[in-house]
Amino acid sequence: MILWIVLLPFIAALLPVVIQKQFSKIHTGWFVLPVPVIASLFFISKLSNINPPFFESHRWMPSIGLNLNFKIDGIGLLFALLISIIGALVVFYSIHYLSHREELGKFYTYLLLFMGAMLGVVLSDNILALYMFWELTSISSFLLISFWYVKARSIQGALKSMLITVFGGLMLLGGIAILITITDTTSITEMINQSSTIQQHPLFPLALILVLLAACTKSAQFPFHIWLPDAMEAPTPVSAYLHSATMVKAGIYLVARLTPIFAVSAIWTYSLIFIGLFTMCFASIKAVNQKDLKGVLAFSTISQLGLIMSLLGLGSFAFSNQFKEMYIIAITASVFHILNHASFKGALFMTVGIIDHETGTRDIRKLNGLLTMMPVTFTMSCLGLLSMAGVPPFNGFLSKEMFITAVLNVVNHAMSSHLILSIIALLLMFIGSMFTFIYCIKLLKDIFFGHPKDNTSEKPPHEAPLLLLVSPIVLITMMLIISIVPNVFLPLLTAATASITNQHVDVAHIHHFHGINSPLLITLAIIVFGALLVATYQHWSKLYSVLPERFSLNHGYDFLLKHSQTTSKSINQFLVFKTIRFSMSAILVTLILMTVYVFINHSVAINFKSLSTIQPYEMILVGIILIATIMILKAQSRLFSIIMLSAIGYSIALLFVFFNAPDLALTQLAIETISTALFLMCFYHLPKQYRHKESATFKLTNFVIALLAGICVTVIALAAYSNKLYPSIADYYIKHVYDLAAGKNMVNVILVDFRGFDTLFESSVLGIAGIGIYTLIRLRQNRGEHNEKTK
Amino acid sequence: MEILMIILSGILVTCGVYLILSKSLLRIIIGSSIISHAVNLLLLTSGGLKKGASPIYEKHQQVYADPIPQALILTAIVISFAVTAFFLVLAFRSYKELGTDNISDYKGVPDDE
Repeated sequence: MILWIVLLPFIAALLPVVIQKQFSKIHTGWFVLPVPVIASLFFISKLSNINPPFFESHRWMPSIGLNLNFKIDGIGLLFALLISIIGALVVFYSIHYLSHREELGKFYTYLLLFMGAMLGVVLSDNILALYMFWELTSISSFLLISFWYVKARSIQGALKSMLITVFGGLMLLGGIAILITITDTTSITEMINQSSTIQQHPLFPLALILVLLAACTKSAQFPFHIWLPDAMEAPTPVSAYLHSATMVKAGIYLVARLTPIFAVSAIWTYSLIFIGLFTMCFASIKAVNQKDLKGVLAFSTISQLGLIMSLLGLGSFAFSNQFKEMYIIAITASVFHILNHASFKGALFMTVGIIDHETGTRDIRKLNGLLTMMPVTFTMSCLGLLSMAGVPPFNGFLSKEMFITAVLNVVNHAMSSHLILSIIALLLMFIGSMFTFIYCIKLLKDIFFGHPKDNTSEKPPHEAPLLLLVSPIVLITMMLIISIVPNVFLPLLTAATASITNQHVDVAHIHHFHGINSPLLITLAIIVFGALLVATYQHWSKLYSVLPERFSLNHGYDFLLKHSQTTSKSINQFLVFKTIRFSMSAILVTLILMTVYVFINHSVAINFKSLSTIQPYEMILVGIILIATIMILKAQSRLFSIIMLSAIGYSIALLFVFFNAPDLALTQLAIETISTALFLMCFYHLPKQYRHKESATFKLTNFVIALLAGICVTVIALAAYSNKLYPSIADYYIKHVYDLAAGKNMVNVILVDFRGFDTLFESSVLGIAGIGIYTLIRLRQNRGEHNEKTK
Repeated sequence: MEILMIILSGILVTCGVYLILSKSLLRIIIGSSIISHAVNLLLLTSGGLKKGASPIYEKHQQVYADPIPQALILTAIVISFAVTAFFLVLAFRSYKELGTDNISDYKGVPDDE
């Protein structure tokens, strides 16, 4: 059943393009809407019985361990609910948001593809299947960001997100490969059962870092957050769905899912805490001076994701510390905040979409005083922003309280021996929370209050149609329900926490008011300081221009991208467009270096057991060959060098005579004569100038390379000759040449009988060369005429 | 004798490589011919140059020169001849077409992109 729920979006993704063509009158989204609704109903029906977890397995490729095994437990169900319910709301919203003129078929295909992939990620118990769905989310996100592909910025944003998330995806693949090698299983449940074995393995830290990289790139943690603001070029329903509620939480899901394996390690805990806190702080500061509404929301998403990451890190202390309950609160808080963030951030993106839709701009400087014109939008934005800011009594306040409590717990107990780390953690937490408050309130103040600027906006602003408002209203209502009666969701939160920590937990109720304690005081301080800073924003906003653009991470990314292209291009040009001599030298130098390497690293015995005696007439021939060779090197005329070449050839033929090879001698004589004739024939056509001017260094390098190559060949031949390991098989041929093959000339019998295939193909080579030469000459005449015509 | 032949082959390879690295197309072809001569000699030497009769069967003869390298060299000679002939015609054609036999002028053209 789970298989069909996961496959349903993929199957449905085949249809929208057809539907848009067939039923162009009705918005395609109406046909898509049932898919997430069915999925939501299915997952809601599972709410009551997730303890113990529900398993389902389907064989796919058992030989490599890739099976479609699914598991529904607390955390998986929480994510699946978010994906399907927000998916349904986003589809409903986009029905009214996107006009008929858009390529709706494509849009819904990509969206359904993404939905299926995301459900696959959160429900897979097979880690290879998880990876597969993980990459599918990257691809569908790429397609959705570049939906308006005529805009250059869309393409750039899509490319950036693709490069960064696929980089992370490949890291994940590496981590997965290590985990599979250690545990010899692809089931995540099995891996968690074997976590103690994994933790003792030497590759454990590497797997940890790789998985962490994957999670940080997908969930836009510092310094990989840069793709998320650029992904805002996507249509707003996509931003609401992918880049606030679901895909960016895939990294969080991965961290939560693998926490039982990695949490014992201090690297895991501390890097999660500090990457998370730093990202939260950094992104909230950046969010304050954004000019684009979606830019603010993008940075705020990054910041909130950092908060959730750090909560998971804080909760990891439960695995390595004695006071379990105290740290498990942090994990509950992270799960709670995932829920909260999905509710208010989805709604905020949708309201931003509405403002964009109704006023024609997303620029904060052009929007003002929308309060009276768009009261419903204002109410929703106000509630969402206040919740995000952590103002009581909304749900953002509840999870922020839990966050502060978790940080204080860890600082007081687990990290009490590291004073500097504690101070940094507290400071990051305070500044991050304060700036979160600042950008929320500033956004509210800038857009909705003040005097309306009629002349700047393209359309007269007015309230959105009711149907467009439905989805954000539903989300805001959900948010309000969580705010007012948070304990309704407690069973789900407890189940999710239990499945992350892999043990039974009982969590106390979530309270609005704990009495006057340090978290409450910190929240009050945040609100007071934040309010002061919002009021005085004009005076300190100049601080943002202190750091020049050159040092930003985006600049670094552009720099890397540009230079990787130019560098590879210049390397390519350096290597490919050089002269042939350069390539030849490279090949020869490689040969020389490899020979030297082999002879240095392996002792090669050189001994000569069976040497034949040197005859004087052979000496004379060797002398002739040597003299002729030297003469060729020095020759100034072509004719002379050709004659010297044939001298070498004929001397070698004579050597063949002395070495008892009559067939060779015959062939060599004949061939040498023909080649000399050929060379001489070519002279008639080749230029008069035989040698081109070569500089002294040119000659010297050539000489050095040639000498070394010659020495290498000599040494290899000597070593090979003195190390004969086996007797020759020639005895067989010699013995059986007459009785098996009925011939007396052994060389000829070998050529046409024992090894006849060689001869067959040697003849083909000759034939092909003949045809080639003929073609070359014919081609010359045809092309020559043609060239003359064109000239 | 074998050592002498190996050293001779080494010297031939040196000269062949030197010629191949030069600028003139004809010298490159000559260099490749010299290298194929060197390889043939090495092949013959690898079988051992012990004096035996020519590899032609006779009733009472016991020791022969190794026939296998000879068969291999015979094949190699023919192939290198074919390649040299083709190479020569190619050189002749490229001179006609490009107007130079200076190898350093034969450069790839970077793509327009």
